[in-house]
Amino acid sequence: MGIQIDLDKCVGCGDCLPSCPFGLLEIVEEKVQVKEGCTLCGACQEACGYDAILITAVAEAPVVSNSHQGVWVFTEQRDGKLKGVAFELLSKGRQLADTLRTELCAVCFGHNVSQVEQLITYGADKVYLIDSPALAHFQEDLYTEKLVELIQKYKPEVVIAGATSLGRSFIPRVAAILQTGLTADCTGLEIDLDSRLLLQTRPTFGGNIMATIICQTRRPQMATVRPRVFKKNIPAKGGKGQIIRVDLNKERITSRTKLLSFVEDLTERVKLEEADIIVSGGRGLGKAENFQILEELAAVMGAALGSSRPPVDDGWIPYSHQVGQTGKTVCPKLYIACGISGAFQHLAGMQTSDTIVAINDDPSALIFEVATYGIVGDLFKVVPMLIEKLRR
Amino acid sequence: MEYFLNEPQKAIKSLARRIAEEKVLPVRAELDESEEFPWTIMKDLADSDMFRVFIPEEYDGLGGGCLELCLVIEELSRVCAGIAISYAASALGSFPLLDYGTEEQKRKYLPDIASGKRLAAFALTEATAGSDASAIKTTASREKEGYVINGTKQFITNGGEAEIYLVVALTAKEKGARGASVFLVEKDMPGFSFGKKERKMGIRASSTRELIFRNCLVPEENMIGREGMGFIMTMRLLDRSRPGVGAQAVGLAQGALEAAVGYARQRIQFGHPIISFQAVQHMLANMAIEVEAARSLVYAVARTIDSRARNFTEEAAMAKVFASDVAMRVTTDAVQIFGGAGYMRDYPIEKMMRDAKIIQIYEGTNQVLRDAIAFELRKRKAMRE
Amino acid sequence: MNIVVCIKQVPGTTKVKIDTQTNTLIRQGIKNIVNPFDTYALEEGVRIKERYGGKVRAISMGPPQAEEVLREAIALGADEAILLSDSAFAGADTLATSYTLARAIDKLERNDLIICGRQTIDGDTGQVGPELAEILGVPFVAYVSRIEEIDNGYMRVQRMVEEGHEVIELPLPTVITVVKEINIPRLPSLRGLAKSKSVTIPIWTAQELGVDKNMVGLFGSATRVIKVFFPQRVRRGEILQGELESQVESLANKLRDTKII
Repeated sequence: MGIQIDLDKCVGCGDCLPSCPFGLLEIVEEKVQVKEGCTLCGACQEACGYDAILITAVAEAPVVSNSHQGVWVFTEQRDGKLKGVAFELLSKGRQLADTLRTELCAVCFGHNVSQVEQLITYGADKVYLIDSPALAHFQEDLYTEKLVELIQKYKPEVVIAGATSLGRSFIPRVAAILQTGLTADCTGLEIDLDSRLLLQTRPTFGGNIMATIICQTRRPQMATVRPRVFKKNIPAKGGKGQIIRVDLNKERITSRTKLLSFVEDLTERVKLEEADIIVSGGRGLGKAENFQILEELAAVMGAALGSSRPPVDDGWIPYSHQVGQTGKTVCPKLYIACGISGAFQHLAGMQTSDTIVAINDDPSALIFEVATYGIVGDLFKVVPMLIEKLRR
Repeated sequence: MEYFLNEPQKAIKSLARRIAEEKVLPVRAELDESEEFPWTIMKDLADSDMFRVFIPEEYDGLGGGCLELCLVIEELSRVCAGIAISYAASALGSFPLLDYGTEEQKRKYLPDIASGKRLAAFALTEATAGSDASAIKTTASREKEGYVINGTKQFITNGGEAEIYLVVALTAKEKGARGASVFLVEKDMPGFSFGKKERKMGIRASSTRELIFRNCLVPEENMIGREGMGFIMTMRLLDRSRPGVGAQAVGLAQGALEAAVGYARQRIQFGHPIISFQAVQHMLANMAIEVEAARSLVYAVARTIDSRARNFTEEAAMAKVFASDVAMRVTTDAVQIFGGAGYMRDYPIEKMMRDAKIIQIYEGTNQVLRDAIAFELRKRKAMRE
Repeated sequence: MNIVVCIKQVPGTTKVKIDTQTNTLIRQGIKNIVNPFDTYALEEGVRIKERYGGKVRAISMGPPQAEEVLREAIALGADEAILLSDSAFAGADTLATSYTLARAIDKLERNDLIICGRQTIDGDTGQVGPELAEILGVPFVAYVSRIEEIDNGYMRVQRMVEEGHEVIELPLPTVITVVKEINIPRLPSLRGLAKSKSVTIPIWTAQELGVDKNMVGLFGSATRVIKVFFPQRVRRGEILQGELESQVESLANKLRDTKII
């Protein structure tokens, strides 16, 4: 297994060098050499015009396809209310399950979770529900152990969960216990029918490169997905399914962490992830006080207030308003970006919005490449004008 | 130009630059406006071991010499001359201990200076004694328990912020040139207080205050060096510190030059960036020539001192005079290149011009230093080997 | 307190540009840096050491040049550093990486706290922290924004969640990942820089760690990259033209038409 350069065919043209996302190719004495760390992704093979690159993959025995069956979605809830991402993932999960011709199950942990039937409305054939006061708040050890137990008992082939702070805390632990593969923050999930493999696509290098990943031999194939990446929709057929209640048996599990208190961040008037309209500000605002101009626009439109990273870093606005790679992913009907340059890290958090309006005085700003409508101009002139015209 | 700094010197210079750019740059305008002493920056300098640069290893220092000190001062001045002088004045304040202190005195005070825990200051100037240092009136009279100091010092850098003061006072006025001694006075000693903080044209982040001594008793062991050696020690100490002052001027001029070039490249008039006009180009070229010449002179003198040259009064004076005159010219021209914008407080360049003026005045006015240089010229008939 | 900080050398991707002619990454002049989130982890470790006493060890799994970031860690206050490097480790996904790091941590004397940054800027997964905790069999908290207290074998921390923050208590030893909000990393000190140049950094190979070859590197990875491509950025719409006022008027009308507002 590995990568080899056919030295007879290699002419040292160097076309492959820039294609390697990890920078591992170099020309030594007029032939290409590969440095340590190659992941056999094959980007160089595609770039080579002389067929001089040979990649032989691991000869893994393909998994017997019926040992694991089913697509599972871990449906997150907080304070008894199911989160939007749960329904978004069920919609996607339904698609995947239909392609694989298998069942879709939701797994839900909590206490007095309201409207659990909604999970069936959104496509789940089964809902594994564990309802206990001990699960009213997120408890890492309980969640981890119970999910592992269920997976080991029912053997799903795919498990997906929201890439929320909760999801990103305990899903990797589940994957580690099961010694299986987990792909974080996927923006694309498809099934390769020939191999029945889940093709998991995600951004790396801050969003500059997309990678498609598989988990070939281990099961289940696990992935987390950010909220608002997939859209939720109620499937045409369906709405029939069963809720299976599972016992907690928490005496058998040691809970090591204890939640002492929760402090809510009250500065968000309209919740960012659920807003239909977001007005967002970036470095172009110049100083903290200038967010007031955007607050006025937001008030006129009934919008939530967002921010790119620099204003948050400089303390102009709290982190809960940050949109982007290390902030929130949003997908509103309308996103208005003011004084935001459109660095990849920010675009990753908002580019799937239905309509994007960009206001920036730099015509070469990257934000214009994803904007539906762009105005090249001084935001301090444009925004007040817009407020005035919308008021009429 | 390549100055062939060794590895430790390069490390010092690059770390000082990082501190200047990451910690000083964001606050320099605000400190200039509020005239507040930059304690957080002093802490950053201390945490990065910058105060250890001029202290020998045996006293918790890193054992650097004059050039190392100049490198730090230069990098800090490039961003803010006021913050740089607060750092540099602590070094000057420690020189009497370094050069003339006893083992006990060094062990008692130098480690705290090296760790940045306590700042130092040197106090010579008085209302009646600026260039004419011999006209000081502060007295230190010998009593049973030690020396009692009476008098007032004026315009002392780090006054009120430092905890360790090296004070020049008359112990035997009738002895003239051998009539003064140097005393280490600590901030909380009874009889020692401060006057108001001065409001200055420039280097506003630096604190300048009067020191007031009213029957301030200092123990005998706080005399630094021998009684009567005060004026001689002072002259030598100032020689030693002059390259550092030159470095402050070089750094300041460098910062102004960079700002001017940056502005000239992007300011469009008559359809072109103004840097494409020869008038501006020649101004910038002259500025660059002078900055480089000043830097070369300062480094050369620093290296001379570090190589244990015995006499360097003339060279040290030259470094300070030339560099400070360059800084005044360069910062003034830089404001000119910025045009109207250069006059506005929103731009950093007018502060640099205000900062530059004092360097021609303190640590020996450029006039008095020219006297000293001429004196040496006469002595050796301007001949060199 | 014995503290281990896991750091990674990554390309400075924030400066990455794409050559739009060839649609390839311009890698010239991109220097390697310490993963920025790891500097916060290291700073927190050093602060805990300064407050409670103890030792900070920095470890990194990577190619030989990863030694640079370990030396930087020493300059920033780590007492020791260890590099895990072996061609067998190359191509590891987060599972294999966590296994390798866990083997190394087990080899050290008992550790009270293991700190990681919240994610790397090249992989962006944030998975090594929790997977490492599970392999070590210790509890885990992510997105720690403040360590309130460490006392009597227990730690109380603040964890950032979407809606605000939670206060959590848990027993040591434990693994945590930290966010930028937790501190402002210090600059190196001159003595630290001098030490970082002279200190010996041991390199532990697969053999020294006694790893199972099937659990490390490409062999030990459960996931594999099969394809890599550059995201297409398609210009979706129009840049409005004309006088500024008429542009804004046009925009307002278009927005009203969409009936969103």
